[in-house]
Amino acid sequence: MTRRAPLSLAARLAVAAAVVAVVLVLAYARSGSGIVVSQAVLTGLLLGGVYGLVAMGLTLIFGVLDIVNFAHGALMTVAMYGTVLLASHAGLDPYLTLLVTAPALFGIGMALQSGLINRTMGSSLANQLLLTLGIGLLIENVLLLSFGSEPRSVAVGYAAPLRAFGAVADLTRVIAFLGALGLAALLYLLLQRTRVGTAIRAVAANPDGAQLVGIDVRRMYVLTFALGTACAGAAGTLVAPFVTVEATTGELFNIIAFVVVVLGGMGNVVGALVGGLLIGLTEQLGGVLLPEQSPLLAVFVVFVLVLFLRPQGLFGRSS
Amino acid sequence: MTAAGTGTHTGTRTGRQLLVLVIGAAAVATLPFILPPAQEAVAVRILIFALMGVAWNVMSGYGGMFSFGHAAYFGLGAYAGGYLIVRHGVSPWIGMAVGAALAAAFGVTTGFLAFRYRLKGAYFALATFAFAEMLHLLALSFEPIEAAAGLNVPLLQGSSWWMLQFPPGSPNYFWAILALTVLAVAATIALLRSKSGGYVIAIREDEQAASSLGIPVMRYKLLTVGVSAAMTAVAGAFYVQYYLYINPDLAFGSAVSIQAILPSVIGGIGTIWGPLIGAAVLGPLSDVTATLLRDPPAALAFLEGRSGLDVILYAALLIVIVLALPKGVYGALRSYFARGST
Amino acid sequence: MTLLSVRGLSKSFRGVRALHDVSFDVADGRILGIIGPNGAGKTTLFAAVSGGVAADAGTVRFAGQDVTRWPDHRRARAGLVRTFQLMRPFGAMTVLDNVAVAAQVRASSRAAALAAPDAVLDRVGLARYRDQRSTELPAAELKRLELARALALRPRLLLLDEVLAGLVPAERGPVLDLLGTLRDEGITLVFVEHVMAAVMRLSDEVLVLDQGQVIAAGTPAEVTGDPRVVEAYLGDEAALASGDDGDDGNDGNDGNDDDADDEDPETPC
Ligand SMILES: Nc1ncnc2c1ncn2[C@@H]1O[C@H](COP(=O)(O)OP(=O)(O)OP(=O)(O)O)[C@@H](O)[C@H]1O
Ligand SMILES: [Mg+2]
Repeated sequence: MTRRAPLSLAARLAVAAAVVAVVLVLAYARSGSGIVVSQAVLTGLLLGGVYGLVAMGLTLIFGVLDIVNFAHGALMTVAMYGTVLLASHAGLDPYLTLLVTAPALFGIGMALQSGLINRTMGSSLANQLLLTLGIGLLIENVLLLSFGSEPRSVAVGYAAPLRAFGAVADLTRVIAFLGALGLAALLYLLLQRTRVGTAIRAVAANPDGAQLVGIDVRRMYVLTFALGTACAGAAGTLVAPFVTVEATTGELFNIIAFVVVVLGGMGNVVGALVGGLLIGLTEQLGGVLLPEQSPLLAVFVVFVLVLFLRPQGLFGRSS
Repeated sequence: MTAAGTGTHTGTRTGRQLLVLVIGAAAVATLPFILPPAQEAVAVRILIFALMGVAWNVMSGYGGMFSFGHAAYFGLGAYAGGYLIVRHGVSPWIGMAVGAALAAAFGVTTGFLAFRYRLKGAYFALATFAFAEMLHLLALSFEPIEAAAGLNVPLLQGSSWWMLQFPPGSPNYFWAILALTVLAVAATIALLRSKSGGYVIAIREDEQAASSLGIPVMRYKLLTVGVSAAMTAVAGAFYVQYYLYINPDLAFGSAVSIQAILPSVIGGIGTIWGPLIGAAVLGPLSDVTATLLRDPPAALAFLEGRSGLDVILYAALLIVIVLALPKGVYGALRSYFARGST
Repeated sequence: MTLLSVRGLSKSFRGVRALHDVSFDVADGRILGIIGPNGAGKTTLFAAVSGGVAADAGTVRFAGQDVTRWPDHRRARAGLVRTFQLMRPFGAMTVLDNVAVAAQVRASSRAAALAAPDAVLDRVGLARYRDQRSTELPAAELKRLELARALALRPRLLLLDEVLAGLVPAERGPVLDLLGTLRDEGITLVFVEHVMAAVMRLSDEVLVLDQGQVIAAGTPAEVTGDPRVVEAYLGDEAALASGDDGDDGNDGNDGNDDDADDEDPETPC
């Protein structure tokens, strides 16, 4: 067996673009309508931005703590309920609640990591997975117990449809997309340009080495988990105006975020954002290609293919 | 963890385990004469739980391949059994066999792909999850058997062991699932004692070393997955027959995969008795909470009529066990006594 | 008769050339010693010959058959067995069970499978650890467990990767004696060793690897005199010249953490 030289990043992006183009053509052939396709692309990209933000939090946690976090979606739901309460009871603008939910989720993340998860650092995969699973189930069902199974929603006074290329996008989705991109950029800057970010990256690359140069690794774990959770929280608030808020709403985002994280390369923050957009597209175009199936089916098929063929993700170096 | 069934002294251990199993089963079999009929439904649920746990433990406890997708096997068993009886009036025993074969084939095929591409740890767990979710989504839209709407098993007149239907409240259901669970435990004990059992453990401990010693790793991993899948499918087929209904969420939902994991984790992963103990702890939880909520004490009055408390309890239990007793209840007891005796 | 014949074996790990065009033969019943500085490719050579790692190019013939495409477990069953430089016990098992698993692979009957492990444990001097968890063994005993498991397979050819590493000089004698007995019983041995005295004493022939290539081969005396070998061993020159055991920190080196096992999943692009 001879090994081919690894493709450069540019080549891989080109391959990805080619795949997207082929899928677009197929979708057009299948639906026979340009509007259907451009609608799918628009919806997919807008939602994909949010997937990207959720996945950035998840991949950060994975990259630094090496933990598969099954509580991520439930934490996102907490923020959704926070927005519901603050918007409908306190009359706040839903987007303003971001100033409350993101810091609150940051705090919850800190508490969870320092109180519970730090105790299992370095123990078996199964243990950590089960711990986050337990936390997720606990949060979800506390929400169910507190708010009941009746779905909630958040009203936005100025919601209006926007048009582009014959496709329609709700203003709330556009805001969510832009908000997600903005926060993603902020997170990226934080990781790349600040001392804390450098310390976090050092821990991700080599915990023992980081310890040696005097970085408090446990504290970085706490901070990272908190940051990741704040991402989930911000995403929860951003999507609250256009999803029905139930105790299990975050579950789906959690699942999709896993797919995105693997696609983008576990631990790769930029990969997560690009992966989010790709999975948003996959979901919508999959719905066009296989109209009688759930759009998620296409997502899982892509997931399994990526797991098999490129477990290090589209943008990861094989490490 | 239990040592491989290869050493010279494991013969006595196997004998002891089988003896405990038979005596325990005989004692449990008398429960219908003691328990009020309402409690019998709880006992049946515990045993379904236990069977799933025993099955998961084979693949993930002894085999070391952490599955987060046992719903796939359970659902295949449930739908195969349900479909055959509803549409063709075929005996559920045959349904179980067909479901077990289907689930084993599915497990072996997906397992082969996953191992071929060397998925391990978290990646393997996520792949099993993805396969189960795919079946879930397919079931939601599968036309030929109208799977999405769910299957209702028709009620028969009278009582028949061949059709596994008895009048409501009959203890026969309990004895049937007890027998199936005991068989599964016995099969596990036999597997561990056999040559294959030694190989399975060796592979779990160090795949590369096992392979270098002449053990065909792929074959034995697939064997483990196949056995585990088949056992889980039997639980699924029994489930349909007992509750007379199945739908895609009940069959393939991720909650089912979690239910398969929990008994072993609570009781002790990779131990014979762990899943049984775990199931006995978990099974009654939802009834305890249901009773609590039906007639709540004053302090909990605000909870009346709400759902979620049962899951909260076992989520909390899961967290406590993972943090405080990472080897599970049985695992912790065993280490405690092992230390005491030396 | 040639038992093992290796031709043109090459293997790279992401650009690092671990083996390049390595060829050699081992005759039935002989002992071949392999030496070379750290990172020379000795462990990779064993992995490729035993089938644990797929070579990029080259062939391996064993007992007259081309085994190049055989998976490692099939080669092991055919009698081509390796040990690992870094000990890899089955941690959850007792010492006895570790050996018993291997014995069963080749056992003709259950009775044989039950009797064999104890005999093997006796031979390598592990009998008193029989019922202990293998993880509880000291490092030197773990080394012997590696050897015991391999012996339980009743090999025709043993690839031994630094069995003496980590043993104090007093512990080496018995192991060396055992290797001698194994040869007398007809087992062919290929062994990697940094302890020069052992290589010189035991080997019929010596192969010197450096940077993945064979730089010298011959009798121990021929090889020691070869200037290329001296050069490759610049740091260890003293050890070579004196022929004394290379007790200068070179043994017990388990520096290569990734024992060729965590090679990435092969990816098509
Ligand atoms: N799995 C692997 N992935 C990447 N590089 C590897 C791998 N295994 C070995 N190498 C590299 O191949 C080269 C040869 O390594 P090898 O372990 O075969 O040397 P060695 O002669 O056994 O050394 P030592 O005396 O330290 O045991 C080294 O540069 C090593 O870093
Ligand atoms: Mg080496």
